[in-house]
Amino acid sequence: MINRKLLWLFMLPGILLYTGLFVYPALSGLFYSFTNWDGVSPSYDFVGVANYKDSFDSITFRKAFMNNIKFMIVVVVLQTVISLVLALVLAKNSRTHVVFRALYFFPAILSSVSVGLIWSFIYDPSIGLLNMSLQSAGLDSLMGSWTGDAKIALYAIAFVQIWAHAGQMMIIFIAGLHAIPGELMEAARIDGANRMQIFGRITWPLLAPSAAIVISYTTIQSFKAFDLIFVMTDGGPNYATEILTTYIYHLAFSNYSFGLASAGSMIFLVLLGILTFFQFRALRQEGARG
Amino acid sequence: MKWVGRIIMILYGLLVAAPLYFVVVSSFKTSQSFYANPLGWPDTWSLQNFITIFDAQPMLQYFWNSARVTLFTVAIVLFLGSLISYAIVRLGGRLGKFAFAYFVAGLIIPSQVIMLPLYSLVRQLGWSDSLTALTVVTAAGLLPLTVFTLTGFMEMLSKEMMEAGSMDGAGEWKIYWRLVLPLSGPSLSATAAFLFVMVWNDLLIPLMLLNSTEKLTLPLALMQFRGEYVTDYTMLLTGVVITALPMVILFVFLQRFFVTGLTAGSVKG
Repeated sequence: MINRKLLWLFMLPGILLYTGLFVYPALSGLFYSFTNWDGVSPSYDFVGVANYKDSFDSITFRKAFMNNIKFMIVVVVLQTVISLVLALVLAKNSRTHVVFRALYFFPAILSSVSVGLIWSFIYDPSIGLLNMSLQSAGLDSLMGSWTGDAKIALYAIAFVQIWAHAGQMMIIFIAGLHAIPGELMEAARIDGANRMQIFGRITWPLLAPSAAIVISYTTIQSFKAFDLIFVMTDGGPNYATEILTTYIYHLAFSNYSFGLASAGSMIFLVLLGILTFFQFRALRQEGARG
Repeated sequence: MKWVGRIIMILYGLLVAAPLYFVVVSSFKTSQSFYANPLGWPDTWSLQNFITIFDAQPMLQYFWNSARVTLFTVAIVLFLGSLISYAIVRLGGRLGKFAFAYFVAGLIIPSQVIMLPLYSLVRQLGWSDSLTALTVVTAAGLLPLTVFTLTGFMEMLSKEMMEAGSMDGAGEWKIYWRLVLPLSGPSLSATAAFLFVMVWNDLLIPLMLLNSTEKLTLPLALMQFRGEYVTDYTMLLTGVVITALPMVILFVFLQRFFVTGLTAGSVKG
């Protein structure tokens, strides 16, 4: 006795809202990518796939794409390793560990604007915490212009991204660790296995599902990065931290090339789709195995 | 082995805590004492920055803007999302799957892709610079994640129970409101915590939609402070402290919700 008509009525407000303010704009973005619209004028012309061709030919686009890849790799590798180590250290449910877990998690509740401003202050070349600490430790040679130096700015921001999210990923690993039956470890210990053997043969294989979640989440999250870079360097110096999302933003709002920026968004979406596809495949495989 | 763990624990703790510590301490310093000795303990703990920022900036207005947008968005998304999830679970079959797929497809499209067309759509509709528009636009974008999470939960509830309800003559609304919603409490609160943090901290959509000073939400207000206090870190950091405060208080009291909600939500989003 299901009242189908009424159930569709339940869905109606949500369908209208989602279709009008999400699906429709997403499709119109695809439409604009084939035009030369500047985002302001009432008229525009169709230019076919010219925006896509121009995107792939653009030096800035390629630079932004490479920066995306570098940023993603650094964040994925370091964040996964760090959050795993932290989880192993804090696995036991003692009072101290619970307090430290909360501390490590804390940056995740701050807005990315706050995090960006906090770290702009720390990285400030003349008055920042980092350089001042290095100076007072007598390590003047290590002092740098962290976000002002084209060679290291991207990595300086990647570090901030990790600072903000490693604690959150740690929680996923801890949940995974707690799901491993204690008897298994106990049995291995009785059989004379050492710590490394236990980690290699038991802990790590059984943690694989959690690792898949952490890696795939971090991959997508770091590929979509925008806020931190927008707040801290806005793509500079000299495009050293320009990534695809800031590239799209600058095209649309600094150059008024709305059509070209829309094509950039669509390419970005396809790249993200490819990453998501691999994410689902990895998670499904892990799910089947685990 | 044990002391290696201890050392890692304390070092990483310092890495997280030190920046936060210096931010808080600096907000209590006068500009002069900050620039004279940036790392030092304040000569006197001064509340002057807090007083100045509330005098110079419409801080309460910013708080109200953020609170209003966040509360209404979360309420709308939870209500519409749970109605949709309920209908999907009840309909089942091919239609239910289709409706589910239609919403969940939106998970692939992030705000970074939708920002440009949203910007132009809102302008064309004449909705620019409106907090109400920001609320409905944000709500629309969060429906996919909410439907995905809540449907997953409601599917685990017993179908026989809902069936029994309708045998006893309870209408769909009654089953939804009296039976399914109360039983979905844990997943609703975890989703709410996650949505709350996302909306409160969001930069991108407000950046697209708002422009006049009195309409700004807190993250945008902070961006504006950065321009105004470019030479005065103590004021900027005071802004950071004040805007983070409500979240910090909530985190201290509702830690469990935040940790599980944020972690579960982030994995799906």
